[in-house]
Amino acid sequence: MSILGTRVVRTEDPKFLTTGGTYTDDLVEPALVGALHLTLVRSPAAHGRIVSVDVSDALAAPGVVAVVTAADLTELAPIPSGLPMFNPEMLRPWLASEVVRFVGEPIAAVLTEQRYQGEDAAELVAVDIESLPAVISLSDAASDTTVLFPAAGTNTVCTFGEPTPADFFDGCEVVVTQDTVNQRVAPVPLETRAASAVWGEDGRVTLWCSNQGAQQVKAQVSGWLGIDPETVHVKTPDVGGGFGAKIGADPEFALVAWLARHTGRAVRWAESRSENLTGLVHGRGQDQKVTIGGSRDGKVTAYALEILQDAGAYPRSGAVLPTLTMLMAPGVYAIDAVHASARSVVTNATSTAAYRGAGRPEATAAIERAMDVFAAEIGMDATEVRRINLLAPFDAPHANGTGATYDSGNYVGALDTLLAGADYAALRSEQAARRDREDVRQLGIGVSVYVEITGAAPSGTGEEAQVEVHADGTATVLTGTSPHGQGHGTAWAMLASDRLGIPMDKITVIHGDTDLVPSGGGTMASRSLQQGGAAVHQAAGELVELARKRAAEVLEANPDDIVVDAAFGGLKVAGTDVGVTYADLAAEDALLVRTTFTANAPTFPFGAHLAVVEVDTGTGKAVLQRVVTVDDAGRVLNPLLAEGQRHGGIAQGAAQALFEEVLYDADGNPLTSTLADYPIPSAAELPSFELLDMATETPMNPLGAKGIGESGTVGSTPAIQSAVIDAVSHLGVRHIDMPTTPEKVWLALQAAAGTAAREGAHA
Amino acid sequence: MDVTMTVNGVESTRDVEARTLLVHHLRENLDLRAANVGCDTSSCGACTVLLDGEAVKSCTVLAAQAAGSEVTTVEGLAAADGTMHPVQAAFRAEHGLQCGFCTPGMVMATVSLLRDNPSPTERQVREGLEGNLCRCTGYHNIVRAALAAAETQKPVSA
Amino acid sequence: MIPAGFDYVRAESAEHALALLAEHGDEAKLLAGGHSLLPLMKLRLAVPGVLVDIAHIDELRYIRVEGDEVAIGALTRDRELERSELLQSEVPLLAHVAAQVGDPQVRARGTLGGSLVHGDSASDLPTAVLALGGSLVIQGPAGTRTVAAGDFFQGFFTTAVGEDELLTEIRLPRTGGLGWAYEKFTRRANDWPIVSAAVVDGRVALANSGPTVLRAAATEAALASGASNADAAAVADEGTSPSADMHGGVEYRRHLTRTLVGRALDTASA
Repeated sequence: MSILGTRVVRTEDPKFLTTGGTYTDDLVEPALVGALHLTLVRSPAAHGRIVSVDVSDALAAPGVVAVVTAADLTELAPIPSGLPMFNPEMLRPWLASEVVRFVGEPIAAVLTEQRYQGEDAAELVAVDIESLPAVISLSDAASDTTVLFPAAGTNTVCTFGEPTPADFFDGCEVVVTQDTVNQRVAPVPLETRAASAVWGEDGRVTLWCSNQGAQQVKAQVSGWLGIDPETVHVKTPDVGGGFGAKIGADPEFALVAWLARHTGRAVRWAESRSENLTGLVHGRGQDQKVTIGGSRDGKVTAYALEILQDAGAYPRSGAVLPTLTMLMAPGVYAIDAVHASARSVVTNATSTAAYRGAGRPEATAAIERAMDVFAAEIGMDATEVRRINLLAPFDAPHANGTGATYDSGNYVGALDTLLAGADYAALRSEQAARRDREDVRQLGIGVSVYVEITGAAPSGTGEEAQVEVHADGTATVLTGTSPHGQGHGTAWAMLASDRLGIPMDKITVIHGDTDLVPSGGGTMASRSLQQGGAAVHQAAGELVELARKRAAEVLEANPDDIVVDAAFGGLKVAGTDVGVTYADLAAEDALLVRTTFTANAPTFPFGAHLAVVEVDTGTGKAVLQRVVTVDDAGRVLNPLLAEGQRHGGIAQGAAQALFEEVLYDADGNPLTSTLADYPIPSAAELPSFELLDMATETPMNPLGAKGIGESGTVGSTPAIQSAVIDAVSHLGVRHIDMPTTPEKVWLALQAAAGTAAREGAHA
Repeated sequence: MDVTMTVNGVESTRDVEARTLLVHHLRENLDLRAANVGCDTSSCGACTVLLDGEAVKSCTVLAAQAAGSEVTTVEGLAAADGTMHPVQAAFRAEHGLQCGFCTPGMVMATVSLLRDNPSPTERQVREGLEGNLCRCTGYHNIVRAALAAAETQKPVSA
Repeated sequence: MIPAGFDYVRAESAEHALALLAEHGDEAKLLAGGHSLLPLMKLRLAVPGVLVDIAHIDELRYIRVEGDEVAIGALTRDRELERSELLQSEVPLLAHVAAQVGDPQVRARGTLGGSLVHGDSASDLPTAVLALGGSLVIQGPAGTRTVAAGDFFQGFFTTAVGEDELLTEIRLPRTGGLGWAYEKFTRRANDWPIVSAAVVDGRVALANSGPTVLRAAATEAALASGASNADAAAVADEGTSPSADMHGGVEYRRHLTRTLVGRALDTASA
C-alpha cells in the first residue's frame, strides 16, 4: 500500500519539541562568534523632513563600534523600484536622510559589541524631524492633496484596468452598491525578522536570514549590493512563520551584509516585535466598491469591482496584488458581465505586500459581500442566491471572463456537502427561535463559496528537485521549496519513499541553502506541493528509471523486468530473488537525478465555508462558535499536514474578520505596534474547526494536487464577516466592515435602530 | 552581579548585568535556546518556562529575580533516555506544531496547565493557554494535543 | 527590548525594603511581580536607578481570617488568590477576579499589592478591592497607617502609597454570604478590560472609566433608595470620564458601563 494519502506524523517535530528549532537568532555558528549586533534607529514620525541626525553621543556610548547613516552609504545605488509598472520616483532609500515616510523607517544603524548595548546607544542618536502632513486614509492619498514623492507629482503608484463603463448595469432589474474595507493587517510571524552575515577570506558573504526563499534573497541582495551573485551564500535556517511577509529580501538583509563588509566583522540583527509590527510588510489594505446587478429571481448578470489599494510608503508587491484580486473577481459564479479596476496609492504607513492569500481573499471577500447585499436587497436566502449563480461542475478548462482559466471545479458539490455537513436547516431554525424570543445573544450564519488561484506568480510554475541515493542506502532530496512550518521534510520524504521504496527514515530533505540548492522558487502562493512536490515525485521516478537501467546491466536482465523491491532495499528481476540493492548501485557510481518539473498552468482549489457566530446585542461582541469547511485541493498527500494548513488558514481568516487591523492615528502614529495592542487571537477566542473532505483532482501535475496553504483564509474571512452581519440583519443591519469589532457592531445596531425609528415616525 | 539558579536540574552561576532578562540568560549565558522571544510585552508566551514549578514568561522576569530558584525549560522535559514527556509526544502525534517557534513555550504552558488541572475540558484548555500565541495551527491541534496528553497522563484506575 | 541599566537589591523584610527606599530615595522603585513595571522599563517609559526586589519577602504572603475580615499579605500572588479555598468561601469576588487577570503566566508573577500600588484604572484587582471596601495597610518611616479602600486610588497611576512607603496588607470584609458579580468586557480573554464592573454589598466599582478605578455613585445611590437594577444601571456612567481609544468611543464606553453594571447587578441579586 502506498504511503501517499496517509496521516504520517512529522519527522521534523522531535527537534522542535525537545531542543527547539534553530532560528536565525539561535545560530551559534563559529563564524558568528564575536559578531557585532545591529540596532536600527527608526523614524518616530510618519512624514517629515530630517533636519539633522547627530550620532556623536551614540558613538561615545559603551560598546559602540560604528554608527552608520545615509551619508556612509553613498556607494550603494538606491533600492530599485519593485516592478516596471510602478511610478519610478517612489524609491526607498537604504537609510532615510532627507524625508521620512513612515514610523519605523530606518535612519541610522548602530553596531555594538553586545546586544544590550545597542538599545542604549540607539537612544542617544538625536534625530530632528520637521513634521509634514501625514497621509493615512486612502481617499486622502488618492486626492493628492499632500504628495509623498514630489518628483512623482502624484500618490498613484500604478493603475490597472479602465473605469467601470457608465452603462455597465443597464438592463439590470436590481443594482446594489456597497463600499467595503479589506483592512490593513499585520502578518505577525511569531519569529520576527532576523539576519546575520559574515564575509569569508574567499570574498564570499554568508547571509543567514528568516525568509521563504533563499534563492530569491540571493538574487536580490547581490543585485542591490552590485556584486556577483555567486559571491553570496544565503541560508534560511528554521523559519518561524512567514505567511507571505517573508517573501523576498528586506532591505535590512542587504544592509546587514553591507555592514559586515564595512566593519570587517560578522554582524547579527534580530528585530523587536514593535519593529516587526511597523517594519515588516503588512497585508491587504484595499478600499473596495462592489456593484452587483441582476433580476429579482436571484440571477446575477453584472458585477463590477473597483479597488483602491494601500501600497504604504514605498511600493512593494502590495501595489500589484490588486491584479490578482481582479483576476479572481467573479469567483465561483457564472456572471455575464464582470468588470474590475484598481489604483494603488502611497500612504505614510508601512509598505504592503503578500499576506496569506495575497489578493485572492480580497476578491472572495468582495464578491461574497456583493452576493450577500444582493440577496438582502431581493429578500432571498443568500445561499440560494449563490446556488442560482454557481458555475456548473466542470473538468475542462473554464475561462472566468477576467483572465483566469480554472482547471476543474465542483462548486455546487462543495456547497451541498457543506450545508448538509453543518446542518444548515437546523441552524436557521435555531436562529429563527432566538429572533422570535428577541434573545440578547443572536445567532449569525455566514456562508462563502470560493475559488482561488494557487501556484501562480511570483515564482513561475516550475521547480527543481534533486534526489540522490547514497552508498549506505540512504537518500537525500534537495528542494527549491522553503518550508517554514509546512512539513516538507516529511511530505517530500513520503513522495520519494513512495517511488524509491526506501523508508522515510532513510531520506533527508535539504532546503534553504543556495550553495546546495542553487535555484528554487521558495514556498509561497500555495505552490510547494504541486510544483516542488511534483518535482520530487518526478526526480524520484527518474532515479528509479536510472537504477533500473543500471540494475539491468548488473543483473544482465531486461530493464522492463526490473522492479523496485522495498523490503529488499533495491531492485529485483520480477518474480525472482535476483536483485541488487540501491546501496550497491550507488557504491559503483553516483545514483543521482536533478530535474525540473514545470506545470502547464496554475491550479484553482475551491471550497465552501460556513461560520456560526453569537452576537451579544447588548455589547456588540461577536463570538465565533463554529467554522465548517469544505476545502477541495485535489488529491491530498498527507491529510494531517493538509488539515493543519486549513486550521491555520481558518484562524487567520477569523482573525481578520473579527479582530485584527493595523491602526494609525491621524498623524500616522501606529496604535497597534505591540502584541498587547495588535489583537491576534489566542486559543480562547477560537473554536475547534469542522473539516469536511472533497477532492477534485487537477490535470496540471501528476500528483493531482492543488494548493492548500491559503484556502482556509480565502474562505473563512467572508463567511465569518457575513455571519456577524447575519446575526443582526433582522434588526436592519446590512453591512459591517472588518474587523467586526464590538463597537462597530454596536454602532451598526444604533444606526439601524435610528433608521427604523425615523421610518416609524414617517409612517 | 552573580546569579545562581538551577536550570533543568543543573546549578550554574554567572556574572550578569542586573537588567538581564531571564530569557536572555537562558539563551545566551546557558546556551538553552529553545525558549524564544516573540514579543516585548509578555503577550505571546513563546518564552514560557517553569519557575519553581509555575509557568512564567521569562521575557518579563529578571535573571536576578530568579536567583535561587529552579527553572525548567523544554530542554529539560524529556526523560534522561530521551523519551519525550507525554505533552511533547502528544504535540507530535496530534500535529500540534508547524513552524515550531511558539512550541517550547506552548509545551511548557501545557505542562503547567495539566499540573493544575489533570482533566481539563476543551474550554479549560483554551482558556488555560490564553497566554500563548500561535500563528500557524489555529490552535486546533494544540488543543487536541493537550487533551490527548491529559488522557495519557491519567493514572490508570484499579 | 531590554530595560536601561539599574542596580538590583533584594529586600529580605519589609523593614529592609523601607530602609533601601530611604537610602536610594527617588532613584528606587519597588519590584514585586514585575508584570507592570518591567514592560514599562523595556519600553523605557520607566528608568529607575535601583530596583528593590520585594517579591521574596515571604512574611507578606498570606491569606488569613482575622475577625470579620480577611487579611491578605500584599505580596500574595494572583495565582494564590485564585486558588485559595479560603478566599473562594470568604471573599469569592476577589478569588474570581484574580482568575481574570492577564493569563496564567502573568498571574504566576503578579501580586495583589503590586497591582493596587500600580494604580492602573484599567486593572481588575483594584476594581474588585474598591467594590469590596475594606482597608489597606501602609508601612512607612513614620510607622504604619491604614487607608480605606475608597481613599486609596487618588489619581492617574497615583495611590495613597508614598514613595518611601510600602503597602503591606489588604483587609477585606468577609462577603462570602453576599451576592457578587464581576462583568469584564474584553475583545480577547487576556486583554485589559475595555470596561469592567464589580458589584458586591451595594457597592459598584468600575474599571477604565476615569483616571482611577471608581465607584458608580449614582447607581449606588439609586439602589440605596430602592430603585430597580435596570433603573440603577441606567445611571451607571454618571460621573465617569471614559476616554476614547481604538476599542471604542466615549458613547460606546458609557453604553458598555450601563450594560455591564445592569448585568452585574442582576447576577449579584439573583
